[in-house]
Amino acid sequence: MMHWIIAPVVLPSMLAPFIVLGARYHISIQRTISIAGILAQIAIALGLFVQAADGTVTLYQLSDWAAPFGIVVVGDRLSTLMVLLTAVLALFVMLYAIGSKWDERGRHFHALFQFQLMGIMGAFLTGDLFNLFVFFEVLLIASYGLMIHAGGTARLRAGVQYVLFNLLGSTLFLFALGSIYAETGTLNMADLAERVTLIDPADSVGIRVASVLLLLVFAIKAAVVPLHFWLPSSYAEAPPPVAALFAIMTKVGAYAIIRVYTMIFPPDLEVTAGLHGLWLLPAALISLALGMVGVLAARKLDRLVAFAVIGSMGMVMVSISMFTQESIAAALYYILHSTLAAAALFLIVDLVGAGRANLRLKALPMIPGAALVSGMFFVAAIAMAGLPPLSGFVGKLLILDAAYTTPLMVWTWAIVLSTSLIAVVGFARAGSTVFWKAKSVPVDPPPEPEAGNAAKPVKEAPAPSSLSFVAVGGLLSLTVLLTVFAGQVHGYMTAMSQQLFQPVPYITTVTETPGKLSKPKGYDDKAEGEKAEGAKSGDAAYGAETDGDAKSEEAH
Amino acid sequence: MEFLVASAIGIMTAAGLYLVLRLRTFPVILGMSLLTYAVNVFLFASGRLTIGAPPILVKGVETYTDPLPQALVLTAIVISFGMTAVIVMIALGAYLGADDDHVDDPKDDDGQKEDAA
Repeated sequence: MMHWIIAPVVLPSMLAPFIVLGARYHISIQRTISIAGILAQIAIALGLFVQAADGTVTLYQLSDWAAPFGIVVVGDRLSTLMVLLTAVLALFVMLYAIGSKWDERGRHFHALFQFQLMGIMGAFLTGDLFNLFVFFEVLLIASYGLMIHAGGTARLRAGVQYVLFNLLGSTLFLFALGSIYAETGTLNMADLAERVTLIDPADSVGIRVASVLLLLVFAIKAAVVPLHFWLPSSYAEAPPPVAALFAIMTKVGAYAIIRVYTMIFPPDLEVTAGLHGLWLLPAALISLALGMVGVLAARKLDRLVAFAVIGSMGMVMVSISMFTQESIAAALYYILHSTLAAAALFLIVDLVGAGRANLRLKALPMIPGAALVSGMFFVAAIAMAGLPPLSGFVGKLLILDAAYTTPLMVWTWAIVLSTSLIAVVGFARAGSTVFWKAKSVPVDPPPEPEAGNAAKPVKEAPAPSSLSFVAVGGLLSLTVLLTVFAGQVHGYMTAMSQQLFQPVPYITTVTETPGKLSKPKGYDDKAEGEKAEGAKSGDAAYGAETDGDAKSEEAH
Repeated sequence: MEFLVASAIGIMTAAGLYLVLRLRTFPVILGMSLLTYAVNVFLFASGRLTIGAPPILVKGVETYTDPLPQALVLTAIVISFGMTAVIVMIALGAYLGADDDHVDDPKDDDGQKEDAA
């Protein structure tokens, strides 16, 4: 039972090489392994979720090294929920990719997908900032491959922008980590949380710079407005199933902000007081407005959804940047909702794109299976825009409620409500152009002018497979479930938010759980941390010659 | 020595930033490399600069350098090396496909999707 928490990282990292090496030319084996792996992930994630549901913090020390020196993996309510969300999302995205045969259009889709999952899971579970960086890189490098899956010039160009922007982000991340290490001498999150409280407020320049740099890095990932430029092109040009999976990647940024800025730099911490309170909320409001205006202004359906993602991330960030228990709970609910809704929208865009010549918002002949696709677009658009029956509405209500007592309440309410209206108009315009006006467009000259299904006998795109519809329908029904059980879900989010704002159990679990400290015989107290001597069998043998052994080990 | 290292990092970062803001992929990638060099030196220096001391704790050794930043730098070097290779390949593909190597979006924004069929 102890080791299950590392399984979400280890399992995909084992499956991916096997897919590359063992099942390279057998797409059906790849698919089977992929689906089986994701199902196992869901089972493991459910187990971890149940385990953490009562507030237990599970710690896993890799190779049993004690916390500040070794690498730790920590599972609390937030981490396990995000892991579960990722696994469930991955299942539907993978079903869609198989149903629509996207995975056959290039090499190594399944392997990259598993590596991507490994990176995302690791980022959610790690308890160490440098490992957060490493897992960010793992998920990014897999995402570079997925992003340009199936190739094409437009996609490669967008890929170059995406990779460059993220490389810059990674460099910034390293600068932030370097300054944090220089200031505190540790990168373990729990240890950091203890040490930053010891910093003299008069001498806080370094840590303040580090804190802001780190926030900038996470804001790039979360696509907060001045740093959102990478998102529209790359999400619009990425293969749609990949874009649907990327719906969780912006949430990795949001997760990191929640984690780091409630535990390490909580809002009431003296050394970093007033650093982000001033500008984070306005920036989030601007991204919300810009995203929704983008929805209205978009000329292509895929860009429209990409801007909807920016808008919904703005919504999440509005809620996060208030940093109260209620607002974080609301943000977490909205994260669940917007991940599912955005993923569903990207998949629907592909269903539309498969039947049309392009995704421009102008009337073109009816797509095959239009009734079902348009119905699903309708549901997803309602969810995304935040109209009453679905979870988007509940989420926005919670956020507005949390904003009620804040100083910027008027601005928040005004922008949230007016952008909802803009989004409704934007989606309505897109939907009516794509689905309704299609009826009035005669099919291109050669075939008989009958604007219905199967009108173009020669080059007719086949109706999307039922597996694709199952995948999209699954995501949408999860949104509905999120609405029906909104009370229970929100109750759980409130508990999660409480746990986040009382990080002491998390910190003590990490720092006070005993583990190996490498204190072999013959060394004095401060000798610790040399990897080579870790082997247990060698412990007894350590004696006078240990120094010599260590040197020779190092020399290798 | 602190001054030398600090100014080296500063100059590399400045040059890298300038190159990153260029319009074509080759200077941008060069700029990225400069930035990663700068950040590697920065990480290295974050464990304080010590000369002639081993990065190891052994009995009897009084002065030692912090080994952790060296491990971090090693990781960072490997990652940035791999990432640079990836971006070079993607940029090459984009250049060969589009016949120009600008990093911005094409002017006409007429990127028809090939997946229509």
